[in-house]
Amino acid sequence: MKKADYQRMDFYDIGSLGQSLPLSRREFIKLMGGGIVILFSVGDPSWLEAQRGRGQPLPDDFNAFLRIGEDGRVTCFTGKIEMGQGIITSLAMMLADELEVPLESVDMVMGDTDLCPWDAGTWGSMSTRFFGPPLRAAAAEARAVLVELAAEHLKTPPSELTVEAGVIYDKSQRQKKVSYAQLIKGKKIARRLDRQKALEKPSDFTIVGTPALRRDAVEKVTGKAKFAGDLREADMLYARILRPPAHGARLISVGTSGVKTIDGARVAQDEEMIAVLHEDPELADQALKQIKAQWEKPEAKVDETSIFDHLLKVAPAGETVSEGGNLAEGEKASKTVIEKTYLDGYVAHAPIETHTALAKIEGGKLTIWASTQSPFGVKDEVASALGFPAQDVRVITPFVGGGFGGKGSSGQAVEAAKLAKLAGRPVQVAWTRAEEFFYDTFRPAAVVKIKAGVTDSGAISLWDYGVYYAGERGSQHFYDIPHHRTVTYGSGWRGQPGSHPFATGPWRAPANNTNTFARESHIDILAAAAGMDPLEFRLKNLKDARMIRVLKAAGEKFGWTPAKAPSGRGYGIACGIDSGTYVAHMSEVEVNRKTGHVQVKRAVCAQDMGLSINPEGATIQMEGCITMGLGYALAEDIHFKGGEILDLNFDTYEIPRFSWLPRIETVLVEDRNATPQGGGEPAIICMGAVVANAIFDAAGVRVFQLPMTPKRVKQALG
Amino acid sequence: MKKTIRFKLNGKPETLEIDRDRMLLWVLRTDFELTGTKYGCGEGFCGACTVLVNNEAVRSCQLPAAEIDGKEVITIEGLAADGKLHALQEAFVEHDALQCGFCTPGMILTAYSLLLKNPKPTRKDIIEGLEENLCRCGAHTRIVQAIQTAAQNMKGALRR
Repeated sequence: MKKADYQRMDFYDIGSLGQSLPLSRREFIKLMGGGIVILFSVGDPSWLEAQRGRGQPLPDDFNAFLRIGEDGRVTCFTGKIEMGQGIITSLAMMLADELEVPLESVDMVMGDTDLCPWDAGTWGSMSTRFFGPPLRAAAAEARAVLVELAAEHLKTPPSELTVEAGVIYDKSQRQKKVSYAQLIKGKKIARRLDRQKALEKPSDFTIVGTPALRRDAVEKVTGKAKFAGDLREADMLYARILRPPAHGARLISVGTSGVKTIDGARVAQDEEMIAVLHEDPELADQALKQIKAQWEKPEAKVDETSIFDHLLKVAPAGETVSEGGNLAEGEKASKTVIEKTYLDGYVAHAPIETHTALAKIEGGKLTIWASTQSPFGVKDEVASALGFPAQDVRVITPFVGGGFGGKGSSGQAVEAAKLAKLAGRPVQVAWTRAEEFFYDTFRPAAVVKIKAGVTDSGAISLWDYGVYYAGERGSQHFYDIPHHRTVTYGSGWRGQPGSHPFATGPWRAPANNTNTFARESHIDILAAAAGMDPLEFRLKNLKDARMIRVLKAAGEKFGWTPAKAPSGRGYGIACGIDSGTYVAHMSEVEVNRKTGHVQVKRAVCAQDMGLSINPEGATIQMEGCITMGLGYALAEDIHFKGGEILDLNFDTYEIPRFSWLPRIETVLVEDRNATPQGGGEPAIICMGAVVANAIFDAAGVRVFQLPMTPKRVKQALG
Repeated sequence: MKKTIRFKLNGKPETLEIDRDRMLLWVLRTDFELTGTKYGCGEGFCGACTVLVNNEAVRSCQLPAAEIDGKEVITIEGLAADGKLHALQEAFVEHDALQCGFCTPGMILTAYSLLLKNPKPTRKDIIEGLEENLCRCGAHTRIVQAIQTAAQNMKGALRR
């Protein structure tokens, strides 16, 4: 980087900079000791918009930092958390590459609200897209500071210097060199990054773009990795909480005298929450069983069958999210017009680690270790629930055992904090599996109605799309259609009061799974109506070059040969866009006509995510999406009667197993010069549609409702 | 019904006073602070709590602790010997056969017991052997590959 590319060097004394910062930040910087600290704001406009959308005030000082210590080790402090998606590796890779240090010398401190800058939460496949660029810029800034120091030290102009693995060399005399650690020794430098730095060109990357193994793998295979439930504090108590039998149930009477029969058990009550505490988790469980409670359940008005009519009945007025042309003209131009309704049931997040938290109050400071996707959200929630000053609440996020959108809401942390306050001792709340199902914020049940037409030459001429309750993400089509309209009813994942009988929320690629199932099923129906091969039909109706490219890449990998469906081969296709990433899937299925059972034998996915930071991590996410997506495609459906959740464990709520495993093949359609896009969610959005289309190709029947259980497939077979 | 049980835990002799029904899972997690053994469902459906009892993979959330009297228990913490990862652990690392890592200890110990009975399993054998272990992140395909690699590297000799 040329000297002119970066701003004038102003070396602040740590102390003087600290005066203008909030107390916790000042303390933090003092704690950091010597070294170089780069403070920076994540200022990408779309990132900022996403944060504002959540009603959060943005900190006005800075919201991220990295530090290079006197030992030369680099630490990145981020409010993001690691729940399996792999950013503990990919963010470190970006940092190491830009700073030109070995990956091994980077440490990640994640999700600690005292040490890390504010962050809204880890979701929406945003970490790499929006946190990545400023992180790289900060690393470039740090490198610039170091090069400047080296120029002075080596008495060589910066332009004559080069950096390799944390050592700065004089280009013409390599024996003239100095390491980062040597340069930093005894110094305290804080820099605030005010504008984008000139970044390394993708062609200069040595770490980014090269497959890397997970950095947390050894801890995780040896049992050393700590999750929230694995932490122990002296004198801690385990809590079990009295739960209603159904959402909306009212407590009529309660008798807790039986708890006395369990030695060491005590009752703790905070308004409506009644809990038992014990030093032994099993005895806490037994003590809970001694509580006699009578509940009044509200009348159950809906179940998993009647919910769709209910939702259509209570749906608010629609909002048009996109339109073009004239629908009446589109209908006139169509040779065939087809109208269909698609249904999608409630789906659980079901991470193997249930919501867990440990809370401790000591010296006026409340510390919570929580399995959460939103440590700063937990901090605010707990502070307001307990009337605790926010600056005295610290949330620490250990490894999170899966989230998928379900750990954005973290009621267990508030429960643990309230109970710790009541008990005057540290308290752990770990939801049981039944509690996890009961309090999950399910992917909402939803309805999609599509009316679409195709001309005699196979051009899509009409597209009238209405989605109820799934949400907007993925609702807009990307085909070249002259007359079209997309309307969302009851958009947002939570629905208005009276719509869902329990909580709903974002689920891995929220809304997009439902929308892609409906859109791509309907595109296949139009292809069949036009008498065309479904891949050819899509290519004919697309102008989007990126989509065409991923479709062709998938077709090549799969070995797709044109045939009109149903061809009897059991081949399916679907494509979509999520988090800026394009995906195209092809699958092969076998349908058992006697049982209705569907086995997916092959699953091919081509993905264009721009520059892929860690191709290994990206591939793993694609495989995970495909495997997890088979669950909502084929089996996952919450059973309920009004507010009563009938699924209490994995015996009735089926998630994918080893025997479901198809042969998975993935292709990264790389564009190293394009901005990195999301990777944790896109490859899951097509799973409903690709399987539905393959079932049609195999058996000539179509299933219009997710999940496509053996019962529904049999019904369709007639 | 106070009872003293004696057993080997990760190679070390241990004694434990038991005065009530206790499940092995909670004994391991609380009394011994071996938290690599996870609670996932509490009813034996998910396999996150799997440990080895006399080299057999068992669901510790369903096994009364009294039943380990005189037996040998191995948890995930006891698999690496002399600071060296077991071949299965190495293969899980090498194949990136995990994401959140919560089901991983149960997967590895189930695979261990499978390889003990069947040192050269086919892909189908592995799938059948792990069918009752749940992973939500979708690491299945790599878990199968990791077990195949471990089996090859161990050549039938199940060191531990």
